[in-house]
Order: sequence, then structure tokens, then C-alpha cells
Amino acid sequence: MKALIETIVTSLVDHPEDIVVAEREEESKIVYHLTVNQEDVGKVIGKNGRIAKAIRTVVYAAKPDGNKRIYLDIM
Amino acid sequence: MRELTASGQTVEEAVQSALEQLNTTRDRVEIEVIDEGKKGLLGVFGSKRAYVKVKIKKNPIEAAENFIHEVAKNMNIDVEIATTVEGNHVTFEMNAENIALLIGKRGQTLNAFQYLVHLALNRDSDEYYSVTLDAEGYRGRRKETLESLAGKMADKAVRLNKKVALEPMPAFERKIIHSALQDHENITTYSDGAEPHRHIVIKPN
Repeated sequence: MKALIETIVTSLVDHPEDIVVAEREEESKIVYHLTVNQEDVGKVIGKNGRIAKAIRTVVYAAKPDGNKRIYLDIM
Repeated sequence: MRELTASGQTVEEAVQSALEQLNTTRDRVEIEVIDEGKKGLLGVFGSKRAYVKVKIKKNPIEAAENFIHEVAKNMNIDVEIATTVEGNHVTFEMNAENIALLIGKRGQTLNAFQYLVHLALNRDSDEYYSVTLDAEGYRGRRKETLESLAGKMADKAVRLNKKVALEPMPAFERKIIHSALQDHENITTYSDGAEPHRHIVIKPN
């Protein structure tokens, strides 16, 4: 999952070296927290959160069967 | 090797040497002159060699194919991609065993992925490309479904003599419906609402 998020985000931003994906496991879900370089924030969120929504749709689709719910937190 | 610095007596020689080492041609690289060098006295005293940095230009379409491969691989899907370029429109047709995962309900995953591919492709590209991402002929099947839905909904609007609103769809799917109904005499179609909830309304005349 982490690799998937990194792959997607790397191709969107100008400073791929600043991408950080932190994983935190909670009772009912796994939370991935994404941070990028200040200048790239707009590139992962987009107008009205359109890019953020697209990233989430693809990432949530990749959820392995039977696992906990996943949640992607951006910035 | 994607990038290297080369030197020569002149800038031209340095570039030639770099192209030979990279095994490529001039139109496929970006050249940055670091030092133009100096001829020096009689070409011997005080001469300085010329240095250039030569970088192979990324082909944005190949990069986008790699991106699709990588993303799919991370979802445990091994896709084969057939790419067609027509002017500024690029179509990537994906084929794989468990492609359903990449399509999602009513193509929502495919549409989100298509949008990401569009962004990735246009990020480093000088030219603007529009992108269609297709999976096992899904777009074609969806077009047929939408056209038959359009026909049914138009009949319904005429029968009830009332406006009929369809569910929200992305722009390229709305276009299919508008085109399917444009020659229909008894109704007119328009889109209403703001993205991402923009939807078609069929109005009887």
C-alpha cells in the first residue's frame, strides 16, 4: 500500500524526495498519512480536492481482501 | 545512462562525444553548456576544454506507460498496455487477468486512474495531451450501455412529458449521451449542476 501511494504521488510532484508516507494502525482501520513538500501541496490536492479524491479512489481500490479498512490522510 | 558531462576542444566536440557515449542523437537530448572553453594561444597555451552536460529527454508517453505499469504492479495486477497516439490524444488500453479491480463500480477507479495518468503525462511534457485509459474494452462497452440508457430515458421523458435527470457522470460520458440524443426531435439535453455532480437532464420539447 505504501509503495502504491508513493508511486502515484512521485509522478505528480516536483520534489519527490520530500514525500513521506507514515503508516499507523488503529483498531478498525489503517491510516496512511501523506506529506509532501510545501510547494507540491496543490499538486496532490487539486482544485476542490479533485486530485486527492482520485488518489484515494485508486488507493482504496487496491485494498487487499479481508484486511482492515484503509484511510488516506493528506497533509 | 540518462545524463553525463563530457568535454572536448570545442563545445561541438564535447556534445558529439556525449552523444556517442549515450548512444543517442541530438534531437533526443537536452544540452547544457557548463564551460565554453578557450582556444588559447596557438591552441596550446592557456587553452581550456569545453564542458557540456547532456541529458536524455524523457519521452512523456513512455513515462506514462511505466507509471501505469508501476501502479498496477503495486495492486498486484500485471497489465499489458497497448498505446495509440493520435495527434494530441493518447489511448492506453490495458489488459490483465483481474482487471475488474482497476475498473471499479461504474468505472470510477478507471476514471480516477485516467485522471492521474493525465496529470502524470502532462507534468513533464511541453505538449498538452489528452488521455483515454481503457481496460479490456470497457470504454466501448460503457458507450453502448450509455447509448441504450440515453434512448430509454429520452422515451421516458417524452412519455411522462417531464424532465428526466440522469445520475452524475464525467464530462466524456455526458458527451456520449448528448451526441446520442442530438438528432432526437422531441427532446433537448443539457447538463446541470457543478462538477463532480454535473449530470444530464433530458427535457421534452
